[in-house]
Amino acid sequence: MTSKFVLKLYVTGQTPRTERAIQNLRRICEQNLGSQYQLFVIDVLEQPHLAEQERILATPTLIKELPPPVRRIIGDLSDTLKVLQGLDLPVHPSSTGGTQE
Amino acid sequence: MSLNLRQPAIEKLPTGISGFDLIANGGIPAGRTTLVSGTAGSAKTVFAAQFLAEGIRKYGEHGVFVTFEEPPSDIRRNMESLGWDIATWESEGKWAFVDASPQPGEEMLFAGNYDLGALLARIENAVRRIGAKRLSMDSLGAIFTQFADSAVVRRELFRIVSALKRLGVTAIMTGERTQEYGDIARYGVEEFVADNVIILRNVLEDEKRRRTIEILKFRGTSHQKGEFPFTIISGEGMVVIPLSAIELKQRSSDIRVTSGNPELDRMCGGGFFRDSILLVSGATGTGKTLMTTEFMAGGVRRGERCLLFAFEESREQLFRNATGWGIDFEQMERDGLLRVVCEYPETAGLEDHLIAMKKLIQEFRPNRVAVDSLSALERVSTIRGFREFVISLTSFIKHQEIAGLFTATTPSLMGGESVTETHISTLTDSIILLRYVEMFGEMRRGLTVLKMRGSMHDKDIREFTIDNRGMHIGRPFRQVTGILSGNPIHIAPGEIDRMNQLFNDEEPQT
Repeated sequence: MTSKFVLKLYVTGQTPRTERAIQNLRRICEQNLGSQYQLFVIDVLEQPHLAEQERILATPTLIKELPPPVRRIIGDLSDTLKVLQGLDLPVHPSSTGGTQE
Repeated sequence: MSLNLRQPAIEKLPTGISGFDLIANGGIPAGRTTLVSGTAGSAKTVFAAQFLAEGIRKYGEHGVFVTFEEPPSDIRRNMESLGWDIATWESEGKWAFVDASPQPGEEMLFAGNYDLGALLARIENAVRRIGAKRLSMDSLGAIFTQFADSAVVRRELFRIVSALKRLGVTAIMTGERTQEYGDIARYGVEEFVADNVIILRNVLEDEKRRRTIEILKFRGTSHQKGEFPFTIISGEGMVVIPLSAIELKQRSSDIRVTSGNPELDRMCGGGFFRDSILLVSGATGTGKTLMTTEFMAGGVRRGERCLLFAFEESREQLFRNATGWGIDFEQMERDGLLRVVCEYPETAGLEDHLIAMKKLIQEFRPNRVAVDSLSALERVSTIRGFREFVISLTSFIKHQEIAGLFTATTPSLMGGESVTETHISTLTDSIILLRYVEMFGEMRRGLTVLKMRGSMHDKDIREFTIDNRGMHIGRPFRQVTGILSGNPIHIAPGEIDRMNQLFNDEEPQT
């Protein structure tokens, strides 16, 4: 059993890129984590102080807060292999093909 | 400056950086972004931070510092030595950091397309939060190394520049150069902020470091062209020395002041002019320091304030010399009319000397200033730097409407001219030459007023002697020719009579 994942996704407004990132992340989580995760989506336009606190520069930025180590994954998460790697999840042959631009 | 009735299209925002606004004809373009580009160690961060610091100190304008390279803690500490208490300004809501410096030990993975929307949101937030009018970004190279995709970074920086324009913020962006004379900046940064470009240089020239600043372009508005030297002073920051930007509007007065020597005054047609620069040139031991001493004493005797910068002799030596000529420097200093500043030329760069000297002149407000000798300062600079120093110092002195006396040492004992002379003779109003004259196996001293702008003067080469009451100017050398070239030739009295006769014959009989 994997420990519970806490994920924060920082985005800028309701853009196609934001939509894509959320979609890609949800799919990866559902396929690999089931319900063992919590996802917070933070819009830096609405809460710039949170971006300041976390010193976010790029959007979308996904921060894996738990389990440690803390890791940042930047981009619309279309590169599924990289996302899995970043979340320390095993890479299945089937887990490819995120939504791209 | 001519008065233009048409409102200029682009307004200027004075930076408050000493001397810079003069070469920028008022400041940097307001509401725009200016790229400040330079190699490593060219003082880009100082410029960026000072732009904000002066805004707060002089104009009550708040500023945001976006740092891509050093963490804010480092910047706070580094700028403390320049006298800027950033932490206090932060607590007062006058200064805000946007920390975009790389986070050590944190892994970053890239998984798809991204933009720098969060950075933009943070910048806009900081600007609104403290009501900033100024913003500095330091330095762009560091963000290009954080994000591998240069095209994305360029596009996003362009977006930030546009946003700042919308917000009405005047901004500085610093960028790296790889060489002092080459591409404006790395990563093609200049392409999106190319409207306004300033270049900082730190060049090694004849084993001496020389910092200069050049405004390459300001779109739609004017500025001074070329490189201007600058220096960084603790407690003050960057100080630009605006050479050619100095207005040549010196009023010239016909008020005469005494040289301190009645005979010399007579030779000069009644003394030196009050706001003129005088150069005394001669080999070592010909009496330059004596002339300086008498110039100071002559001023003090008339109740004038006198300032002496000595770069060759120690205080003790100078005071002892003066006593030997019957002049009591110590008493004059006690009376508050004289100030003697002794300094080794090697203690600082020429730019620093210049600034220190200007500062002292402003503080002491003298009626006359002497520099003994200017040649000693030649050693610590390049020829070009030296010339700039002399231009800057002379125009500053003239602006203050005070009399200046500089001495120059000639390298050869007999005749010849010095580098100092070559470089400043056109800048001075009067030149006095002191020369050794060999006569019948004896060394005598000669003096002549070579040039005296705007006045009649004695054209003779006169002999002078030095005793315990100073300098005594006597009769002209009548039987010697070639003194100034260093090859004195004696002429028999008969020959002189014959030559006089020759000229008389040519003149029409009356």
